[in-house]
Amino acid sequence: MSAHAGGYSADPRIRWIESLPWIVAIAAFFALPEYLSLGARILIYILYALSLDLIVGYAGIITLGHSAYFGLGAYIAGILAAKAGISDPMVQLAAAAAAGALLGISTGAIILRTKALTLLMLTLAITSVLLEIANKATTLTGGADGLSGVVVAPILGLFRFDIFGKTAYLYCLLVLLLGWWLVRKMIYSPFGTSLTGVRENSLRMHAIGAPVYWRLVLVYTLSATIAGVAGGLITQTNQFVGLNVLSFESAGELLVMLILGGVGRIYGAFVGPVAYLIAQDFLAKQFPEYWYFGIGTMLVLVVMFARGGILGILDGSLVKLRSRP
Amino acid sequence: MEAFFASLVSVAFHGAALGMILYVISVGLSVTMGLMGFANLAHGVFAMAGGYVLTTAISRFGAPYPLALALAFALVAAASVVLERLLYSRLYAASDLEQVLFTIGLIFIAVAVARFIYGTLQQPVVLPDYLKGQFPLLGRDFPAYRVFIIVFSAVMVALLWFGVERTRWGAMVRATVDNRAMAQSVGINTKRLFTLTFALGSGLAGLGGGLGAEIIAIQPSYPFENLVYFLVVVSVGGLGSLRGPFVAALLIGIADTACKYWLPQYGAFPIYVATIAILLWRPSGLFGRHA
Repeated sequence: MSAHAGGYSADPRIRWIESLPWIVAIAAFFALPEYLSLGARILIYILYALSLDLIVGYAGIITLGHSAYFGLGAYIAGILAAKAGISDPMVQLAAAAAAGALLGISTGAIILRTKALTLLMLTLAITSVLLEIANKATTLTGGADGLSGVVVAPILGLFRFDIFGKTAYLYCLLVLLLGWWLVRKMIYSPFGTSLTGVRENSLRMHAIGAPVYWRLVLVYTLSATIAGVAGGLITQTNQFVGLNVLSFESAGELLVMLILGGVGRIYGAFVGPVAYLIAQDFLAKQFPEYWYFGIGTMLVLVVMFARGGILGILDGSLVKLRSRP
Repeated sequence: MEAFFASLVSVAFHGAALGMILYVISVGLSVTMGLMGFANLAHGVFAMAGGYVLTTAISRFGAPYPLALALAFALVAAASVVLERLLYSRLYAASDLEQVLFTIGLIFIAVAVARFIYGTLQQPVVLPDYLKGQFPLLGRDFPAYRVFIIVFSAVMVALLWFGVERTRWGAMVRATVDNRAMAQSVGINTKRLFTLTFALGSGLAGLGGGLGAEIIAIQPSYPFENLVYFLVVVSVGGLGSLRGPFVAALLIGIADTACKYWLPQYGAFPIYVATIAILLWRPSGLFGRHA
């Protein structure tokens, strides 16, 4: 395990290199003004991937249905804005978070009693149920046409969402910073260590008296909450909600981003979405067939040869460099 | 009353045809998951490949329907042996997450290849004349194609059950599902058994995909769209069993048809809710070994 992975014995102080993502993000704000909407999307997906990393990477829960919480957050924020006339972004975001948390704790408490295929199947089934609801409840969600007419008031009544996406970018960056701080704090706490323990050997965690089930429910709920917030953000920046936020493909894509960056090491969730979404922006529109072919091939190769993702490869080459005489 | 009875018969009949297709496709998944503990989400790829083989053989090469079906089985089984030896076998000892990711990768590749070769449109199936008409039975008319599906699948299922329950190969498979280490130490070549069983399961999926091409449309997003159905069959039925997925497939086929017929406004919602309820009640499925 690398030092990035955290753990009880790891030094919890923030190292200088950890400021790098934020420096890059701020530099991108000034240097690439025409890419700010893509930038905001990347920031949101980093937050979303971070929430997935908590349960997949740290707690070892394999899920194909994380889009349920993201999608619910997106729809709650969208319905509040378009149907209920609540345009305050903070209220929308809080509602998205609360909805994610509520669904997270109610589904988590049920499905975390199961394991392996059954758990995987249940996560898929829950997402499918939500997708069916969103598809059929057209008066509320707009169905397959999507939900448009999302109104978002200026943040705190001061900062209007502008057409260039400046406000949206900084707003997403702030929320991400908050999410990152929370996740990092948690991973370096005894709670985070106990999660890693469950992942590595849940039998022994039971044996030393750890409340394995409740720990898992708690981390699942937190993760769902963060995913809900990310969903709320995507609605606010796009001012539109489509069925695809709940689809199996989107959950699969997110998993790909996380794997590409590296699982179970906070910053994998930063590197993956940046690499994936930038590549997608440049390649996918021109060559959609090749794009999916490339993604599939990359997944197979990562699993076969580079299980730590991009950061894993970096770590490996750093170790090699240092061990040279 | 008569009308209601007629619709009841019709739903049961169409549901049985769908259920049979689902079973022929999914049984291989149940066996590979039970036997090798491999979470093969890409199983639908084999079914889709079978569908493409069948439609291409008929429409481009003018092959007769029975030959096209045989080709769907044989070509998919052969291709799966190559995949198993080259890729799958390296990941038998890997974690669930890696297997899931690897097979999702395979799905992405297959979807891209299918879209590249065939485009996004649904492949039309040209049925032979003897499967187009109606089949009179007990004073009612049934579509001949679906009657053929039910009868043909029933024969395949009977053959498969006989193979697993009564032959030496079947005994070896059952022994390996029960205890792999013990089976190995009494001299069963589990590696070869895995390859053979994987090929048979994938071939059956190909056959099912081809057989049901008219019911489950053959198009590039096939492995994604139908994955949930295949997984529901396997997880509700129970891993590693033959009987469980059969019951589950019939239940799902009939329930799905009934929902579409009587409650179209709810879509597949009742199926998913029922699946969740069954899995919470019996996490290892209806006929699972560790229930």
